[in-house]
Amino acid sequence: MNIKTEKKNKIFTPTFKKNWILFRQNTMGRIGLFIIVFFALLALVQPLFFISGYWPENVYDPVVGYDALEVELIIVKCPKNNEYPTEKYEEADDCPGPGEISDRMVMPFVPNAKVGDYYETFLQPAPPSKDHWLGTDSLGRDVFSQIMEGSQVAFMLGFISATLSVGIATLLGTIAAFWGGRVDAYLMRQSDLILMLPQLPLLLIMAALYRFKVWHLALVLGILGGFGGLVISVKSQALQVKVKPFVDSARVTGGTKFKIMTSHILPNVAPIALLFMVFGVTGAIFAESTLSYLGLLNIDMSWGMMIYLAQTDGYIFSGLRYWWLVLPAGLSVTFLSGGFYLVGRGLDDVFNPRLRRR
Amino acid sequence: MNNKIVEVNDLVKYFDVKSGFFTGKINEVKAVDNISFEIAKGESLGLVGQSGCGKTTTARIMTLLEEKTSGSIKFFDSKSNTMIDLDEIKDEDIQSFRSQVQMIFQDPYESLNPRWNIKNIVSEPLNIHNLGTESDRVEAVLEMLRTVGITPPENYLERYPHELSGGQRQRVSIARALIMKPSFVICDEPTSMLDVSIRISIMDLMLNLAKDLGVSYLYITHDLAVARYMCERIAVMYNGKILEIADTEELLSNPIHPYTKRLISSIPIPDPNYKRIKYELDFTEVNNIINKSKKTGMIEVSKNHFISSNDFSDDLQ
Amino acid sequence: MSNTLEVKNLTMEYETLEGNVSAVQDVSFAIKKGESFGLVGESGCGKSSVAMSLLKLQADNGQIKDGEILINGSDIVPLSEKQLRKVRWNNISIVFQGAMNAWNPVIKIGEQIREALREHFPEKTKKENYEKMVNLFQLVGLDPDVLERFPHELSGGMKQRAVIALALSCDPDIIIADEPTTALDVVIQDQILNELKKIQKQLGLSVLYISHDISVIAEMTDYMAVMYAGRVIEKGPTKEIFSKPLHSYTRLLLESTPSVIGKKKKLYSLDGEPPSLIEPISGCSFASRCPKPTNDCKNGDIDMELIEVSDNHWVDQCCVKCG
Repeated sequence: MNIKTEKKNKIFTPTFKKNWILFRQNTMGRIGLFIIVFFALLALVQPLFFISGYWPENVYDPVVGYDALEVELIIVKCPKNNEYPTEKYEEADDCPGPGEISDRMVMPFVPNAKVGDYYETFLQPAPPSKDHWLGTDSLGRDVFSQIMEGSQVAFMLGFISATLSVGIATLLGTIAAFWGGRVDAYLMRQSDLILMLPQLPLLLIMAALYRFKVWHLALVLGILGGFGGLVISVKSQALQVKVKPFVDSARVTGGTKFKIMTSHILPNVAPIALLFMVFGVTGAIFAESTLSYLGLLNIDMSWGMMIYLAQTDGYIFSGLRYWWLVLPAGLSVTFLSGGFYLVGRGLDDVFNPRLRRR
Repeated sequence: MNNKIVEVNDLVKYFDVKSGFFTGKINEVKAVDNISFEIAKGESLGLVGQSGCGKTTTARIMTLLEEKTSGSIKFFDSKSNTMIDLDEIKDEDIQSFRSQVQMIFQDPYESLNPRWNIKNIVSEPLNIHNLGTESDRVEAVLEMLRTVGITPPENYLERYPHELSGGQRQRVSIARALIMKPSFVICDEPTSMLDVSIRISIMDLMLNLAKDLGVSYLYITHDLAVARYMCERIAVMYNGKILEIADTEELLSNPIHPYTKRLISSIPIPDPNYKRIKYELDFTEVNNIINKSKKTGMIEVSKNHFISSNDFSDDLQ
Repeated sequence: MSNTLEVKNLTMEYETLEGNVSAVQDVSFAIKKGESFGLVGESGCGKSSVAMSLLKLQADNGQIKDGEILINGSDIVPLSEKQLRKVRWNNISIVFQGAMNAWNPVIKIGEQIREALREHFPEKTKKENYEKMVNLFQLVGLDPDVLERFPHELSGGMKQRAVIALALSCDPDIIIADEPTTALDVVIQDQILNELKKIQKQLGLSVLYISHDISVIAEMTDYMAVMYAGRVIEKGPTKEIFSKPLHSYTRLLLESTPSVIGKKKKLYSLDGEPPSLIEPISGCSFASRCPKPTNDCKNGDIDMELIEVSDNHWVDQCCVKCG
C-alpha cells in the first residue's frame, strides 16, 4: 500500500503552487477567499477575546451574557390623538421622540412621575456603541459576539455536511462509473429518487419529529446530499477519467478493479469533488439559517436564530430603527454563502482548463 | 517445435447497436470480422490499416480490455511452456498472463497518470505483481530508465509527467511496459503523436529492446512506411478483415490484393523527382486466384504470403 | 510575374502567463502567381502562427510586432478590421487544420457557403450564387446535392472537399492549406491532394502548403521553406533542397522520414525538443541538438541571417560554414 501513501503526499506539491497562482488571478476567487478568511477570523477570535479577558463573559457571552445598559429619558406628555400637529410634534408617531418617554407609559410603574422628570430605564435592544459594536439584542446580549458565534456554527456545519456529502458522493459516483451495469443503474435510480425529494419540506418534517441539534443537521444534510444528485456529477467525471489510456494501462498491467479505482480514478476525480464541496457549504449554511428562522433547530445561537429572535420579539418590521437585530445576521449569511460560491467559481477556473482565458 | 508466441484464429468482435431502453439490437457493427494470424517468437508483426478498420479493437481484445464475440486466442505461457487458450485461462493465471503481455499506448499525454510521479508509474507493474522489495524495485526502475534513454534516471524519479516532453513520456511508457520483461508487447501507434524528428529514436529504442530482451511485437499503425521500418511481417486490415499478410519486403514489392496496391500507391514519397503511378482498382487478378483456389479463409499465394478469400470488390469501389 | 504574397521580416509574439513567446521571428518568403509553396516544420515551429497572421486571424493574445505582409503588393498589417474583411476570402483564404470540424452542425453546407458569398458579393442574386456553388462543387469533385446536406451526413473526405470549395468561393488569388489532410485516410488524402493540384492549375491559383510531413511538401510544392523554433532556416526550390539540403535540421528531417519505396535504409533522428521560445535565443536555435555544431554555433556568436547559396537557395549562416 506504499504507493497510496507516497502518492498522497505528493498530490499537492507539484501542481498546488501553479494552481494557487491561477486561482489568485481570478478576481472572484480572491474576493471570495477574502470573505471566507474574514468570517473564519471572526469565528476564531471569539474564544480569544474571552480567554484574554478582553470581554468579560458575563457580559459578552452570546447566549447568557447580559449588559444592563441604562438610559435616561425625559418624561413628556403626549397630546391627545386629535391635537396634532403641535409645536413639537407633527404626528402622533413622533411622540415620544428620541430621548423622551410618554408619561402614560411610565405612570403604571412610577405613579408620581411628572412631566419634565428624568426616567431611567433599561436600554434593550441597544444601538451600536463603543462597548457593543453592533449593539445588543432585546435580552441585552452583545450582537457582535452573537455574529462570531454564528460564524463558528456556520463553518462547523458547513464543513461537516459538505465533507460528508462529497465523501459519500465521490465514493458512490466512482463505484458507479467503474463497475457499471446493475450497480450503476441502482445508484443512478437511487440518486434520482433523492433528487426528487424537496429538501426544505423534508427537513421540516424531520425537525418536527426529532429535535435537531447542529451536528444532527450536519449529518442529515451530509447524507441527503451524499446520496443525491452529486453522485451523478461525480460519476460523469469519473467516466471521463475511466476512458483515459492510463487507466487502460493500469488494467493491462494487472491492477485489480479496487486498486485502480482508488489509486488512479479517485485522485483524478478529487479536484472536482473539492469544487462540489465548496458549493455544498453554501447549501448547508442556507439550510441551517432557514430552519433556525422557523424555530425548528435546537441550537443556542446562530445567524438564523438571531433573525428568528428578532421576529418573535417583534422587531423585524420596525424597519431600520432596530437594524442591528436583523441586518448583521442576514448579511452574514448572504456574504459567507456568497464567499464560498465565489471561491467555487475561482476553483472552477483552476480545475477546468477549458474555461481559462489563457 | 513450437515457435509461436501468439496464435489468433477466426477472431470476431461485433458491437451491438441498440436504440432506446427497451428496443433490442437493431444493428451490428462488425469491428473485427474473422481474422487469423500468428506471431513467432522474437518476430514483430505490423497491423496496418486506416482508422476504423478494427486494428485497435484487435489490440484491446488481445489484452483482455474488451471481450471477444467468438474465435480463439492462444498465447505461449512461459510458466507452463505450452500454448494456453485465453478462454480456458483460470483466474489465478490471469496475473501471469498480465505479466507476459503488455501494451504501449498512442497518446503520450494521456497514457501516464498525471498525479503519479515517474517512479510510481514505472514501478507499478512490480508493485501489482509483488515482485521484490522496495529497494529492489527502485533499482529496477533506475535500470529501466537508463535503458530507455532517460538519464540520469535519479533526477527523474520524483518528477511528474507534465514536466517531461512527449518523447520522454513515451520512453517512460516503454520502460513501464518492459520492466517485467514480457514476452509479447502490443504497440498501438506509439509514435504517431510524436514529432517526426524524434520518431526514429523511439522506434530504434524499441527495435533494440526487442533484440536484447527477445520481445515480440504486434505493431499497430496506419503508416505503412513506419510499419516497414519496424516489422518483419505486415498484415493489411480493412473493415475488420485482414486482406493480405506477408513478409514486409515481399508485401511492398509484390502486393497482390488491389486494396494493398492502392494503399501503397497512395503514400506520398519524400522525393520530388519520383513520379507516383496512380493505381486503378482492378479485381481481375485477385478474383482469379480466389476462384482457382476454392478455399475459404486465407489463401497462400507464395511462401508466407496470404490473401483473404473474401470478395471485396463491392466494398472498395 | 509579380508576387501574389510576400512576407517580409514577419515577427509575432504571444502574451502568456509565463512570459512573451516569440512564435515567429524575422520570417520572409515570397510566392509568385500560380506557384505552390511549402512551409515545413514540426510542432511549435511557428508555421501555423504564420498562417494565421497572413489573414490577421491570430489568437487574441498574439500580436504582430514587426514586418510586412504584402498581398498583391499592398501591406495588410496596418489595415483595420473593416478593411481586412474585404481582403479575407477575396484575395486570400485558408483551409484550416481540422477544418472538417469547422462546419456548424445545425446548418446545411450550402447555406454556410452562401454566407461567405453574400458577404463578399452582396449584389449577386440567389440564383447566381447557387450556380457558382454548383460550379465550385464540381471543381472539387462533389455532387451538387451535397449542398442540401448537413455536415454530419458527410464523410471526412467530403467535408474536406467542401472546405476547399468554401475557401475557393470568393475567387482568392492565394489559398493557405494548413495541414489539409492530416486526419484523413491515406487514400483519401491522395485524392484530395490531386484535386488541389488540378484546381491550382486550372485556376492559376497560388497555394501555400503548411505541413509537418515532408513527403506531402515534396510532391505538392515548387518552392519550400523549413522552419525551426520560429525562424526560417532554409528555403529554396523544393527539388534543390531535397537533393542538396544544407542545414543540419533539414538534413535531419530528410533522414528521419521512412519511405515505402526503394531500399530500406538506415534512418536517423534526434532526442530532445525545440527550445522554449520565451527567452530570447542568441545565435543558432538548433545548436543544442545539432549533431555537428562548430564552436561558433555553440557560443551563439553567429548572427542569424539567411545567405543565398545558389540560385534562390537560402540557408542560415551557421550551416553554410559547416557545409
